[in-house]
Amino acid sequence: MTETVNGVVFLVMSFATIGGAVMMLSTRNVVHAAFWLLEVMLATAGLYLLMSAEFLALVQVLVYAGSVTVLMIFTVMLTLRRRDDAVRPFEPGWGGAIMAALFGGSVTFAIAQFASKLPAGIFPEAAPDVAAFGEKLFTAWMVPFEIASLVLLVALVGAVWWSGGDGQ
Amino acid sequence: MNLLQPVGVVSFMALSAVLFSLGLYGAMSRKSTVMVLMSLELMANAVNINLVALSRFTAPVEMTGQFFAVFSMVVSAAEIGLGLALVLALYRQRQTIELDAMQELEG
Repeated sequence: MTETVNGVVFLVMSFATIGGAVMMLSTRNVVHAAFWLLEVMLATAGLYLLMSAEFLALVQVLVYAGSVTVLMIFTVMLTLRRRDDAVRPFEPGWGGAIMAALFGGSVTFAIAQFASKLPAGIFPEAAPDVAAFGEKLFTAWMVPFEIASLVLLVALVGAVWWSGGDGQ
Repeated sequence: MNLLQPVGVVSFMALSAVLFSLGLYGAMSRKSTVMVLMSLELMANAVNINLVALSRFTAPVEMTGQFFAVFSMVVSAAEIGLGLALVLALYRQRQTIELDAMQELEG
């Protein structure tokens, strides 16, 4: 991978990410919003590639773009009776907008305050590759990995329990 | 500001902050349960970007942030599965997925 993050590539990726998020929140059709979420997830995978985290980019495409968005679209299909139900009334939510703007402003201010203490734009070293990532995952991070798989199993069983159908 | 110069960790953190704020706005303002869950995914995404960026720019060899991002993805995948199962259970009971329909406990 390259030693630095190209500014133009980063700008394109961040435009795709934030623009997709804005479109997701501004569209009134829930199905369109799900597809904009898919676009945001793919752009985030590109950002991971930019930071030479190839495995995470792959997992992002598989898990978020692949399954989470499909799950969203399935839920929309299962819970809307008519095609017109997907189009929602305009709900600006000014209180939420003010809160989010305050939060974002304060976080950006904090980042600007601490910017001098953070490293500059040059990558420190060439990053380890996927093989090194896997080796660490199955040696140093073995126990958290197993706990994570257990969490996924319990969540899967719980999801089936909740949504599955004896009509309770 | 020169657009061609390499970007640093601050740019990634600013991007993550903007993305998180957008997700926060969506989670607080939408009235459709599915839209709220989508906004939660947006926020989890922003957190993951932040983790990976800080790991890449400060300690690239240890990759601690990448492992944290992997486990955060696991938790958020479990969360979205359970959340959508709850939406389906709510739909079965109330025939709607509007948040306004969930105003009483022990319904």
